[in-house]
Amino acid sequence: MLSYALLVHAAPYSEQGALSALRFAQAAVAQGHRVSSVFFYRDGVHNASTLMAPPQDEVHLAEGWRALAQEYGTELLVCIAAGLRRGLMNAEEGLRHGREAHNLEPPFVLTGLGQLVDAMQANDRVITFAP
Amino acid sequence: MQDDEAALAADIPIAPLDLLVILRHPPHGSSWLREGVDVALVAAAFGQSVGLLFQGDGVFALVEGQCAGPLGQKGTHAQLAMLEMYDIERLWVSANALRARGLMPADLMLPVQLLEAEALERLIHAQPRTLLF
Repeated sequence: MLSYALLVHAAPYSEQGALSALRFAQAAVAQGHRVSSVFFYRDGVHNASTLMAPPQDEVHLAEGWRALAQEYGTELLVCIAAGLRRGLMNAEEGLRHGREAHNLEPPFVLTGLGQLVDAMQANDRVITFAP
Repeated sequence: MQDDEAALAADIPIAPLDLLVILRHPPHGSSWLREGVDVALVAAAFGQSVGLLFQGDGVFALVEGQCAGPLGQKGTHAQLAMLEMYDIERLWVSANALRARGLMPADLMLPVQLLEAEALERLIHAQPRTLLF
């Protein structure tokens, strides 16, 4: 049994990387490994959007990530700097920046790069999924 | 002179660091390099030992005399100037990447160690944690 941290740079749907990351996570937990955290960075932050609404016959990436968090306790960490730059914010940040809406909700959590550094130290493997 | 430096680098044993960040993108035109350096700076601020390896077009980040230009992007020269303050002193550059772009060590804004292909391979193999940007 290994513990994994995933680092997702890839935007949802634009490239293969995000779906590959989700599939890897699902396969790993199905085989009894632990995926303790997924860190979303660069365009990968868009995986966390609450407003994601893909056609019904396509994989719903955000829901896939949420299910992983609910069933296996995987932490879904979103880089706050990369997220804010790209228009992704939770209710608290929305308020702070004077916005009337927000598009990030739990189990996704806005956090700093320090959490990525922690995840790299705390897990057996770190795997990057780029575009 | 370039060959001598590279030969010297090949003789230096490379100890494992907490984190190796590999930078392969140019400093302008995308945010790859900038967001990669951000990770290195944060890791160093958290007390980790961090090394940077500039490969491919990533070597352009080290070229002296850059500024924020017409692209409306800040570039990374200001971040790189802070590396020493964060105790990030292990800076490696692919000698091949530098040569392929017609650059010399004297063109670079920071002192770096050139690595020939074989030494570069040993460096990467020696590092347990690597992030690629």
